[in-house]
Amino acid sequence: MSRKPLDLPDPISPQAVVRFDGVSMRYGREPEVLRDVSFELERGSFHFLTGPSGSGKSTLLKLIYLAEETSRGRIEIFGQDLALLKRKDRPMMRRRIGVVFQEFRLLDHMTVFDNAALAPRIAGRKPAEYRADVADLLAWVGLGERMHAMPPALSGGEKQRLAIARAVINRPDILLADEPTGNVDEAMGLRILRLFMELNRVGATVLIASHDSELVARSGMPVLNLQGGRLAPDGGFASEQPR
Amino acid sequence: MSLAFDANRWWPAPLLPRQDGRDWALLFVVAALSFLAGLAAVGALAGSRATEGWRTELIGSATVVVRAEGSDTPDEAAARAAAAVSGVKGVTEARALDPAKAQALIAPWIGPGALPADLPTPRLIAVDLDRKAPASAADMQKALKAAGVDADVDDHSRWSAQIMRAGGAVEAVAAALFALLLATLGAVVAFATRQGLTARREVVEALYLAGATDSFIARLFQARFARGAAQASLAGALLAAVAAAALKIASGGDEQLTALLPIAWPDLIAPAPFPVLGALVAAVTARITAMAVLAERP
Repeated sequence: MSRKPLDLPDPISPQAVVRFDGVSMRYGREPEVLRDVSFELERGSFHFLTGPSGSGKSTLLKLIYLAEETSRGRIEIFGQDLALLKRKDRPMMRRRIGVVFQEFRLLDHMTVFDNAALAPRIAGRKPAEYRADVADLLAWVGLGERMHAMPPALSGGEKQRLAIARAVINRPDILLADEPTGNVDEAMGLRILRLFMELNRVGATVLIASHDSELVARSGMPVLNLQGGRLAPDGGFASEQPR
Repeated sequence: MSLAFDANRWWPAPLLPRQDGRDWALLFVVAALSFLAGLAAVGALAGSRATEGWRTELIGSATVVVRAEGSDTPDEAAARAAAAVSGVKGVTEARALDPAKAQALIAPWIGPGALPADLPTPRLIAVDLDRKAPASAADMQKALKAAGVDADVDDHSRWSAQIMRAGGAVEAVAAALFALLLATLGAVVAFATRQGLTARREVVEALYLAGATDSFIARLFQARFARGAAQASLAGALLAAVAAAALKIASGGDEQLTALLPIAWPDLIAPAPFPVLGALVAAVTARITAMAVLAERP
């Protein structure tokens, strides 16, 4: 690879890029999925979000990537109160947040290259401006030989690496992942984890929702633990480093 | 193989998947609507021409009913009436109808040969009027009175007004039908847009996450439906022109049918604007619908 796909952003500051203050969330008339959740993610930090199924991990991520709105409480992203954020400004904020899903959510009618090039294309950049970036990034995630392939022809690990490439091509400030290793084997899970750590090293604030306790333990990264929609006070740090 | 892929020659693929079965159903409906609208337009033009023809014929002639008085024989009264009316400005010709012709005109009501020979039937004067500046019934009536002839003038204005009303009604019905077809097209496209947004939820979701605005996403559907509607409308309009041409050729030898619906060759281009109109309606409807649906998202 001729150069790094992500240049280092501004020097890391302790400013919180995500701040939840007493946030609760319910779908319609259902019981609350999140209850009085408060936390901060500092710029350049790396956290795991753990908890059993139904504990509210995915909902918490949805609130950060603006796919849902709170029932109560206040969320600030990049210092901006989401309740005061105008609808026309939401897409610009989304462009600063990359999201990776367990089920990949790739566009099957587009090639690997087209999928990875989605964000700069939507941002209105000319193909000549980002073609090389996309090619470099795909090579970096190990898909340099698969750029022409269609997603259904990819393995689970390849799909997830493509999903990561698509999420980070615009060099987002925040990178969210919802069970990113849920559909890949252990070795590929570790490889994907290293990709996230590398992206964090070059400046992205990373939050990964996972119930893979072994993977979380190996990472040695701080943990936000959700239990029944509440943030447990004993999140702490995972103990092992990834091998 | 990757060797076949040259990133420098790459060009973005369409963001929406190619058309599928649902789109073909929509295109068929749009083509059918365009076909019907095309026939309505041709029919309206032909109907308008027929109305105008009938009206021109009516305002170009008048009839005078003459009753013999005193020592005048019916023939003498008719001759005097024709002479009096001929002198009125706006009259090109006035001639007394043969009594046999006059009797033939009332035969349908009383039956042939049923008229007693001694019955004093009124004489009729056929009057041809200057079509550009026709004489009025009042002027002709005045001239007849001055000539001492007991007669009534019928300038066909009653029939002319009725025909104009009928013609206006035909045009109004055609315009209403046209508006109804356009509204139906809009409704169909609105439904298809909602369906399209639902069916391609995963694409919309991916675009949103990548930072697309509502307007960007709506534009994709707008362009898709406008292009499809233009193509389908073009097919429908061509079919309507072909059908109208076939109707014209088939009715060529039938005078009554031709008089009723006098299609002219230039009428066949009436559906020509439909592809543009269809695309415009589809584009506006798809955009409004897509923006409304997308606004329901957080």
